[in-house]
Amino acid sequence: MNRYRPRTFALELLMVAAGVAFLFPVYALIVLSMKDAGQIASSPLGLPNPPTVDNYTEAWSEASLGSALLSSTIITVASLVLLIAIGSCGAYFLARRATRLGYGLYILFLLGIVLPFQLGMIPLYNLFSKLELIGTYQSMILFYTGIQLPFTIFLYTGFIRALPADYATAALVDGASHFQAYTRIVFPLLRPITGTVLILNAVFIWNDFFTPLLYLGGSDHETIPVRIFAFVGQYVSDYGLVFAGLVLGAIPILLVFLLLQRYVIKGFASGLKG
Amino acid sequence: MSTQVLEASPTPPQERPAKRRRPRNRLGPPWLFVAPALLCYGAIVLYPSASGVLYAFTDWSGLGGWSFVGLRNFDSLLHDDRALGSLRNTLLLTVAIVVVQNGVGLLLALGVHARIKSRMLLRAIFFAPVVVSPVMVAFLWKYVYNPAPNAGLNGVLGAVGLGSLRQDWLGDPSIALWSVAAMVVWQYAGYSMVIFLAGLEGISKDVREAATIDGAGPVKRFRYVTWPLLAPATTINVMLSTIGGLKLFDQVFAATAGGPGYATETLSTVLYKEAFVFGRYGYSTAVALVLALFVAAVSLVQIRYLRAREDQA
Repeated sequence: MNRYRPRTFALELLMVAAGVAFLFPVYALIVLSMKDAGQIASSPLGLPNPPTVDNYTEAWSEASLGSALLSSTIITVASLVLLIAIGSCGAYFLARRATRLGYGLYILFLLGIVLPFQLGMIPLYNLFSKLELIGTYQSMILFYTGIQLPFTIFLYTGFIRALPADYATAALVDGASHFQAYTRIVFPLLRPITGTVLILNAVFIWNDFFTPLLYLGGSDHETIPVRIFAFVGQYVSDYGLVFAGLVLGAIPILLVFLLLQRYVIKGFASGLKG
Repeated sequence: MSTQVLEASPTPPQERPAKRRRPRNRLGPPWLFVAPALLCYGAIVLYPSASGVLYAFTDWSGLGGWSFVGLRNFDSLLHDDRALGSLRNTLLLTVAIVVVQNGVGLLLALGVHARIKSRMLLRAIFFAPVVVSPVMVAFLWKYVYNPAPNAGLNGVLGAVGLGSLRQDWLGDPSIALWSVAAMVVWQYAGYSMVIFLAGLEGISKDVREAATIDGAGPVKRFRYVTWPLLAPATTINVMLSTIGGLKLFDQVFAATAGGPGYATETLSTVLYKEAFVFGRYGYSTAVALVLALFVAAVSLVQIRYLRAREDQA
């Protein structure tokens, strides 16, 4: 079963062929982004001859991707810090409070996994505009923290329940405060699940489109997907330029994926977020 | 880990402090630990969602006052061809995505689980689109679906002698919906793949070797050993793709904006347009409520049905 047999080789060929077919859109993306308009019209799918990087320099400045990268980073990092901080200690409470009320609260949080965000979309928009938060980083950070808390708490609570309570109890008996027991003993033990929470939420927040379009569209704080959306709308028929923009917009997260591949795949395989 | 969603069903808390009638459990963390989470969740999710449910029964336009109109929004929904069409599209898209994405995901998982040399590279390739923004994937596919005969998919079909299969993939109302589904499958088949792969890796080699020794060929081994043992992975995959399909918005919004005509309109695009294009907020939240009920109902039915299947396995 474990040897490399002719049948394994046939499977290898089949899978590589599937991989090549799968990559066709990516091939089109890359070759078109390196062609000028004339080449795109005459031979859209051939190799670029000669290749040009003009599309890339123009897309970078026209789409102001530098500032979009900054906005996306600020929003993603701040939301993750808040989610992990308040999500993990909230879950710690819910996992350790073996009362009816604690359990009811847990169910209340789980409800948020099922509710589509569209249900509260307009009232929340009105609330934020009353607080004059539309167009600010704060609006998006608060939004992501709230909307991703149920899922975050779900993952943390399951993990903490399987963890013995004795470590924290021992610290409390020795005179540590609850806060000390949590930050010094419990939180470090949560590292594996914190990794999963971090990866799944980061990918979701980084790529989210609709709410940032609503809250940040037209402001100076647009995230990468919103910026790309506006950019494509503006240069819709100039495929070379548009595709250079798409490549530049996708590079940051693909780079992180390639560096942390093992963890990212493990996070997605163990968690459950769509 | 991968079966957590199933364990989330109501199991009453086991430990109960027994000593005093109302013990002050000094070893349990204080309420302060959950207060920030509760506050944030309440303000961002619970309060707006509850208001959303309320507005679904009003004629609010987003500006000024409103009055209750009872079930009128839901009644108009039943007579609104566009909303009904979007409901139909949403369900068709969801079924197509669930079946094809998981079918392809399973085949890919079986392929890259085998001892082929390129398995690690192929895993990375098939999974990579999952981490990219759906809007960007949609723009890429808009080119793949370019109607010009020498561009995108049509260009490839022409080059391999299948020119007769060329289509206006997103412009022809009879196939646009399936083109959107294919694009979503391309992006997320790798997601189903890694979940099935985790399931496959959890199946002990001994079980399959025992089946081989007993004379089961690859098909029988899959049918009677692998497939039943993949039940937890199947559960999670079907749930994830169903909920993702029902809520589908970004890809449709970027690729077709619901067109041509209403051919690819989904519940999410309709409720967006009702709210932000036509300013019918009350009606829009009624559509959102219908979507919420669908998502909730499907989640509950699936959890029940798929758990029963797992028990049999």
